[in-house]
Amino acid sequence: MSTLEIKDLHASVTTDEGPKPILKGVDLTVKAGETHAIMGPNGSGKSTLAYAIAGHPKYEITSGEVLLDGESVLDMTVDERARAGLFLAMQYPVEVPGVSMANFLRSAATAVRGEAPKLRTWVKEVKSAMSDLDISDEFADRSVNEGFSGGEKKRHEVLQLALLNPKIAILDETDSGLDVDALRVVSEGVNRFRNESNGVLLITHYTRILQHITPDFVHVFAGGRVVESGGPELANDLEKHGYERFVKAPA
Amino acid sequence: MTSQEVAGLAPELKGAKKGQGETPVLSAGERFTSYDVEAFEVPSGREENWRFTPLKRLKGLHDGTAALDGRATVTVTGASAETVGRDDPRIGEAGTPADRVAAQAWSAFAEATIVTLDGTPDPVTVTVEGPGAGSTAAAHLQLRTTTHAEATVVLEHRGSGVLADNLEIVLADASRLTVVVTEEWADDAVHVSAQHLSIGRDAVLKVVSVALGGDLVRVSPTVTYRGPGGDVDLVGLGYADAGQHLEQRLLVDHAVPQCRSNVLYKNALQGEGAHTVWIGDVLIQAAAENTETYEFNRNLVLTEGARADSVPNLEIETGEIISAGHASATGRFDDEQLFYLQSRGIDLESARRLVVRAFFGEILLRIPTTTLPELRARLEQAIEAELAATGV
Repeated sequence: MSTLEIKDLHASVTTDEGPKPILKGVDLTVKAGETHAIMGPNGSGKSTLAYAIAGHPKYEITSGEVLLDGESVLDMTVDERARAGLFLAMQYPVEVPGVSMANFLRSAATAVRGEAPKLRTWVKEVKSAMSDLDISDEFADRSVNEGFSGGEKKRHEVLQLALLNPKIAILDETDSGLDVDALRVVSEGVNRFRNESNGVLLITHYTRILQHITPDFVHVFAGGRVVESGGPELANDLEKHGYERFVKAPA
Repeated sequence: MTSQEVAGLAPELKGAKKGQGETPVLSAGERFTSYDVEAFEVPSGREENWRFTPLKRLKGLHDGTAALDGRATVTVTGASAETVGRDDPRIGEAGTPADRVAAQAWSAFAEATIVTLDGTPDPVTVTVEGPGAGSTAAAHLQLRTTTHAEATVVLEHRGSGVLADNLEIVLADASRLTVVVTEEWADDAVHVSAQHLSIGRDAVLKVVSVALGGDLVRVSPTVTYRGPGGDVDLVGLGYADAGQHLEQRLLVDHAVPQCRSNVLYKNALQGEGAHTVWIGDVLIQAAAENTETYEFNRNLVLTEGARADSVPNLEIETGEIISAGHASATGRFDDEQLFYLQSRGIDLESARRLVVRAFFGEILLRIPTTTLPELRARLEQAIEAELAATGV
């Protein structure tokens, strides 16, 4: 059973004017079988939390801990974190011209699983996962994310989620920019992934996706930390009243 | 122009009529040519033509001190080859030397190899073996097609020593030729090569250049069109290691209407003193209406201490063209790409290899696998070996 523990995490972003603190003491624990929604206004640091956990070089951890099953994630390289069982579905997936989706997926699966998947079963596995997400076969030959629409990129993030099967998945605004149909397809993909042995940290600005993916816990993120936690009912409250009371509160 | 200044895309057509940027290029079409080495001044290194080339490493090819008494071995398989004397009337049909080393080679070669391609479907392989370490040689090779012929030629350069040569490619009307030129030299080798590419009416030439080996390789292709409808693709890749100098200087001279040219060169550089130079001169003369041309150079700097020079230059003397453009970009690895690949479990070294492979893939894809099933794989492996050598 996996657990992601974030303890008093502080992080800064590198800017031309020097480091700027963004995360100011984040405490959060995600256990296997749980889905946590992190909601917050723009600029609250939600995405920074996601990228800091994944190890993006732009962010510097100034204090605190991130533990996956007791192991310090912060001591690992980006790829070690992924192989340890962390996955970040990105808000803006990166284009990698010239690297085919098929080659990329197989390289990633080989790295995460520790051995190359058997070709015959792999092809079936990928086809089936693509069909689940309404992704047509031709995408396998296209360069990673190149020329994909916003919705296609998000579907491919969820495709990778399905194939890499991480212990903890962090979904950074996977719902943003999706139309109703795409939102349904992507949400179904996330729901297929969820089970008793993995955990999901769902970062979103809107409550819309929570109608498809029911969280166990909802956290309000403001001023670089979690300011309030509750059950799904907290999302309803945010739907009605917005983030106003959290933004006005002194950080 | 330093590599810093050319980083990023050069604006399309900017200053095109007067030459690119601050480089006051003499009109490329008016450059001096001669078969006689003594008609050229000994270069000092300040000339536009020579300013990027480390003259000291030319082993005397430029100043008359090279003995040129060695011999490059030319082996032709898949077609009949003739060995001819200097007085063969076909010699010089494709062009005239435009720099002192090309003229030196022209003045010095004893006999030339002429390969006539009359449409045999099987690929022809021409292997040029250097004269051996410590030796210098001049050589002359001509590939010529017959009317309506289609052919594929692999021109391999390997071995040691110093070679100055002229390559003439004469395309008969309505013929089609694909040439893959590889520079797979040993580490000591110096190769200075002038390519004269003469394109007949409605003829189609595709050249894929792959420069991997050698201490210094400088190749200067000049494309001329003898009639309308000519179509030329020049693509190339170079992989410069520490201390290695790879230089490509192209001139595409559009002097007749209705012709097309497309140029794409990519270089990767790694290690202290790795240096690539790409000069792309495209000239559209007043008579060359309905010309369609595009040239693009991309350089991927893999490590500190390497230098890529890139000078695209487009001169246009008529507005009655279909399109003309050029671009140049020099950069390092994209950190966001590497982060994305790593975030999927792929280690940094493998991620970099994926990106470099993809970078060169666009060029290697132009090597036809139907006629040359093994060549692409061999070159891919050679690039893998370059990558592995310094652990990029």
